[in-house]
Amino acid sequence: MTVLRMLVPVLLGLALWQAVILLWEVPPFILPGPVRVAGTLWDARMLIAQNARVTIVEVMAGIVLGAALGWVSAVLLALSPAARIALRPMLVFSQALPVFALAPILTLWLGYGLASKIAMALLVIYFPITSAFHDALMRTPPESLALARMMGASRWREMWHIRIPAALPGFLTGLKLAAVYAPIGAIIGEWVGASKGLGYLMLLANGRAKTDLMFAALLVLALFTLALHRVVDRGADAILRRREA
Amino acid sequence: MTAPPGLFVRGVARVGGTRIFGPLDLRAGAGRWTCLLGPSGAGKSTLLRCLAGTAAGVTLEGDAGAADGRALAGRVALMAQSDLLMPWLSVLENVLLGQRLRGQAADRAGARGILARVGLEGFAARKPAALSGGQRQRVALARTLMEDRPVVLLDEPFSALDVATRARMQDLAAGALRGRTVLHVTHDPAEAARLGCRILILSQAGLHEVAAPAGPPPRPPDGPEVLAATGRLTRLLLGGA
Repeated sequence: MTVLRMLVPVLLGLALWQAVILLWEVPPFILPGPVRVAGTLWDARMLIAQNARVTIVEVMAGIVLGAALGWVSAVLLALSPAARIALRPMLVFSQALPVFALAPILTLWLGYGLASKIAMALLVIYFPITSAFHDALMRTPPESLALARMMGASRWREMWHIRIPAALPGFLTGLKLAAVYAPIGAIIGEWVGASKGLGYLMLLANGRAKTDLMFAALLVLALFTLALHRVVDRGADAILRRREA
Repeated sequence: MTAPPGLFVRGVARVGGTRIFGPLDLRAGAGRWTCLLGPSGAGKSTLLRCLAGTAAGVTLEGDAGAADGRALAGRVALMAQSDLLMPWLSVLENVLLGQRLRGQAADRAGARGILARVGLEGFAARKPAALSGGQRQRVALARTLMEDRPVVLLDEPFSALDVATRARMQDLAAGALRGRTVLHVTHDPAEAARLGCRILILSQAGLHEVAAPAGPPPRPPDGPEVLAATGRLTRLLLGGA
């Protein structure tokens, strides 16, 4: 039933797409039909797979590093009022910079390889994770904190045993957002300068009027992002369910 | 456990410019169970927090502490209406929370013994979400006992429980906390009549003492003296004592 419910709109969309191509006789270099895209997807599967692997590595590395950095930053900000005063404005300022504008600079500094794309993905997700986790850390129920103080907890132990576990849902919310944003960062990085990856492939295909290849790459990227989002979403919910049951 | 000290709270408490309670002079006897009864908003919980040292934003124009002159910090435990169990910790780990927070070695055998004492053998590995309200308060009591503090502050810990569960918890707590200095805030006259060695009423008019029924707590809920005291206390609260 659920499969059917998902399949119906997909099939409807594909049918509409193919109908537009047939009715208006759109040339394939403007808009290739789904049948043609599917054919290209199969024919170019090795090429697409090779480039997809690069993008997936960039995205995963960006998420892991961004999550780790965001975790540490949020805890430091929550522990130290001085850090909050010094670092919070910088954090907000970093968010005011359009990441698109930073991509060329990162490519200049870190080169055309993986590093600049991982840095882009990291940059895109760092703020949502830090912000969501930090907010949760600052919202520990005051009664729990009073209990910890009466029990003679040090600030660090109170952080480790009460505030961080209580804020886990906030961290996971940030991680769910990261799963959606990280691929955007990696693709921007690849557009600005790369020799591998799905973003690079799309740009290359577009430049050579191979619109069907571009669509095929886009499709793979979208499917990967959806799958990543779902895995992180389910994983986060399972973690929260299991730890309280 | 060190010898339990008496407690005192003197003065006026304010939040901003608003008076919360006082002026008053409250004393709770060493090693005795004192019930503090009163309507909502009379400042009972604030008074407990002044003693616990967790009254953020409250200015106490006066003094609160232990009658022996030494600091209360490290000698006092609090049990509140909300059980404050950490949902991600098992029952056993919740009982051991204090030791964990102080970086001490966990006395698991001791914690199991206390869990058995509050009737929760076999529940050690469960998470709080799998327990009933009464069972959760038992865990909170076990956690309080594990702290083994000479002074225990109770802030309406049984008020969310159904009548039978509440009566059982009262019996359990009265036995387990005997010999400690207990200051018990409640708005239930029957509870005060069952448990208090002394019964104080705090209201806008101030603090005054009502004679507690004879006999050692926990007194039977249907004893004539307890029923009479319950009625008397209810009448006083009705009159805005």
